[in-house]
Amino acid sequence: MTDSAKTRPAYTNIHVTQIVKYRLPPAGIVSILHRVSGLLMFVLLPFVVWMLDSSLGSEISYDGFTNVFAAGVVGLPAWVLKLVVLGLLWAYLHHFIAGVRHLWMDATHSVTKAQGHSSAVITLALSIALTLVLGAKLFGLY
Amino acid sequence: MSTFGSKRLVVGAHYGLRDWLAQRVTAVLMALFTIAVLVRFLMPGELGYDHWAGVFAPQWMKVLTFVAIVALAYHAWVGVRDIWMDYVKPVGIRLALQVFSIVWLLGCAGWAIQVLWRL
Repeated sequence: MTDSAKTRPAYTNIHVTQIVKYRLPPAGIVSILHRVSGLLMFVLLPFVVWMLDSSLGSEISYDGFTNVFAAGVVGLPAWVLKLVVLGLLWAYLHHFIAGVRHLWMDATHSVTKAQGHSSAVITLALSIALTLVLGAKLFGLY
Repeated sequence: MSTFGSKRLVVGAHYGLRDWLAQRVTAVLMALFTIAVLVRFLMPGELGYDHWAGVFAPQWMKVLTFVAIVALAYHAWVGVRDIWMDYVKPVGIRLALQVFSIVWLLGCAGWAIQVLWRL
């Protein structure tokens, strides 16, 4: 056993303060964000179905739907709701792209350290870039 | 692979294969649905209720949407259950969260199907 292996710290009961000090590689960041984005969409699922319901229900409910994102609803300003949608947008894009990365790894056996690194960087860059582009549209910047 | 009785398999590399495969099949179905919605939404036409409702109007689109809703419920169940199994150790709390997840997902799926049926 080498000296570094002997002194390696062993965490049997990991605390939150230790997790935040972890320096994850890009593949690790993609992995935990895959989980975070999935849970976020699970929690916000009723909001998604509400959007589906009100936007598809009728022309009247459609107008109500667009009005909520223009004027806000039950004390919540419109920008708060748009922020929630922005979060959902990111979660969907990250989960989708990270999922395609999984399928690509399964199908082509692209599981070397280098491939895992580069595909993780691509996943993060693509999901953030698409979120910014679509988010700008959401907030009416273009 | 026996799932009951004295020969029930409780260990081994194939134990999680069904969920692994189901997670990928349901993901591909939802991806196809996403592409179908995007393509139909980006078709030329004035943005508004008629255009949006028209996205889901054809019968095949309703069938695909129905499949996507069921796929989402199953996919989310596998994923969320994994999260509870990884982080929540007390059996009682874990069971409560798993029951909550099933109710949450079935409720949302039922609501979404109801929206679809009205179109």
